[in-house]
Amino acid sequence: MAKRSKSAPIRVLIAKPGLDGHDRGAKVVARALRDAGMEVIYAGLRQTPEDVVRAALEEDVDLIGLSILSGAHMALFPRILALLKEQKAGRIPVFAGGIIPDEDARRLKKAGVRAIFGPGTSLEEIVSTARRLARGAA
Amino acid sequence: MSGSAGPPPVARAIRRGDRRALARAITAVENGDPAAAPVVRALYPGTGHIPMVGLTGPLGVGKSSLLSALVGLLRGQGRTVGAIAVDPSSPFSGGSVLGDRIRLERRADDDGVFFRSMASRGEAGGVAAATREVARLLEAAGFDVVFVETVGSGQADVAIREIATTSVVVLVPHLGDEVQTLKAGLFEIADVFDVNKADLPGADVAARDLTELAAMGKTRDGWSSRVVRTSTTTPTGIAELWEAITAHERFLDDSGARVAGERRRLAAEIAGRLRDRVGHEVTERLERDAELRELLDRVVGRKVDPWSAAERLYRDWYGGR
Ligand SMILES: Nc1nc2c(ncn2[C@@H]2O[C@H](COP(=O)(O)OP(=O)(O)OP(=O)(O)O)[C@@H](O)[C@H]2O)c(=O)[nH]1
Ligand SMILES: [Mg+2]
Repeated sequence: MAKRSKSAPIRVLIAKPGLDGHDRGAKVVARALRDAGMEVIYAGLRQTPEDVVRAALEEDVDLIGLSILSGAHMALFPRILALLKEQKAGRIPVFAGGIIPDEDARRLKKAGVRAIFGPGTSLEEIVSTARRLARGAA
Repeated sequence: MSGSAGPPPVARAIRRGDRRALARAITAVENGDPAAAPVVRALYPGTGHIPMVGLTGPLGVGKSSLLSALVGLLRGQGRTVGAIAVDPSSPFSGGSVLGDRIRLERRADDDGVFFRSMASRGEAGGVAAATREVARLLEAAGFDVVFVETVGSGQADVAIREIATTSVVVLVPHLGDEVQTLKAGLFEIADVFDVNKADLPGADVAARDLTELAAMGKTRDGWSSRVVRTSTTTPTGIAELWEAITAHERFLDDSGARVAGERRRLAAEIAGRLRDRVGHEVTERLERDAELRELLDRVVGRKVDPWSAAERLYRDWYGGR
């Protein structure tokens, strides 16, 4: 039952780990993904890595998108990836958006974050990358 | 599948409490994946015994917050809870933003709770059927109570009655126009009215109005709707809300209405599934099938009216019965 038919909507979790307080960017991305026909589970602010992974597994998502502004990404993202692996869900692709310095972005990609979008990225690019990642995951 | 060699492994995994297996089976059910059929079939006989509590009401009245509060209350009593939150799919893109999970407060390591967001996808009848299928998977996985949150106000949501054993209609003070919709539709579907946001002014008046309204009649089962007040911010009234729900559940057992209600819901479920299935097939074939496309052409050309076209198809397919 792991196979997913091509016509079924892509399910994507959008979460904002860390302590920073607003989620406008994450909401804009959530709506763009919805308009592209995806089912977006919006988990909201201040999610711990454990919350994110639990939500991803219960919701059986094809993809996880993380948004962050606070600079805590170097602590939080690898933890989320590790927890996913621990749960044998390391194949769920994770992408990230936010203000992430180039050097950090390189390291996060090495650690397994599949795509990283800076503040200037177009929604079209985010949507097409999300779709590609989700389809590749099945 | 190896014939009658017992339940498929996925079904056994779900019964054992394997949360991944459960999550994936829910996806398969949502997608109408044929692989889900043997699992559903294997688990069905053991279901139908737990409260399925519907929380419905207009946008933003606090349904998800209440769900979270009820989860907290029940977990405190050692009971496990499955929850399904249904949000509409966009008719344009087919996509959806499912945001009810935001309100859920619980310990991230608590296996006594399973929360799943669902997009409504199809039409009303099909939504009810798919939701009930998912609710039964949660029951089979061992959860003691299942909650189903749906958005709605008015006649469109009579669907909650096709899902839940107890329907809670959530409202807020200063109902205004809502009272009109109430008279029109919600009144008959509520086993429990909850005036939430009782920390705001006007809750007393709203509760009194509803109590008067509720006293005017009974639900189809002969139950007099209860009216409670809650606030999830203070929080107050959550235990009273649960008590009203359990009072209705007891009534269902004592009066025998549970069996009749389940029979009615299952009939609606079969009809809903069939309606969806046939509807999709007809829509598709009207474009694909040469003969049916020609019929559609004739309807478009005003040679045949839609009613007669439908009658003709119905007779062709089901005729002679
Ligand atoms: N003052 C007050 N606000 C509340 C109460 N319960 C919920 N809210 C607020 O009402 C808003 C909506 O709450 P939700 O629980 O998301 O409501 P909902 O009915 O699930 O919303 P939808 O699923 O979008 O229809 C939030 O801002 C809550 O904080 C309450 O008892 N009192
Ligand atoms: Mg909600």
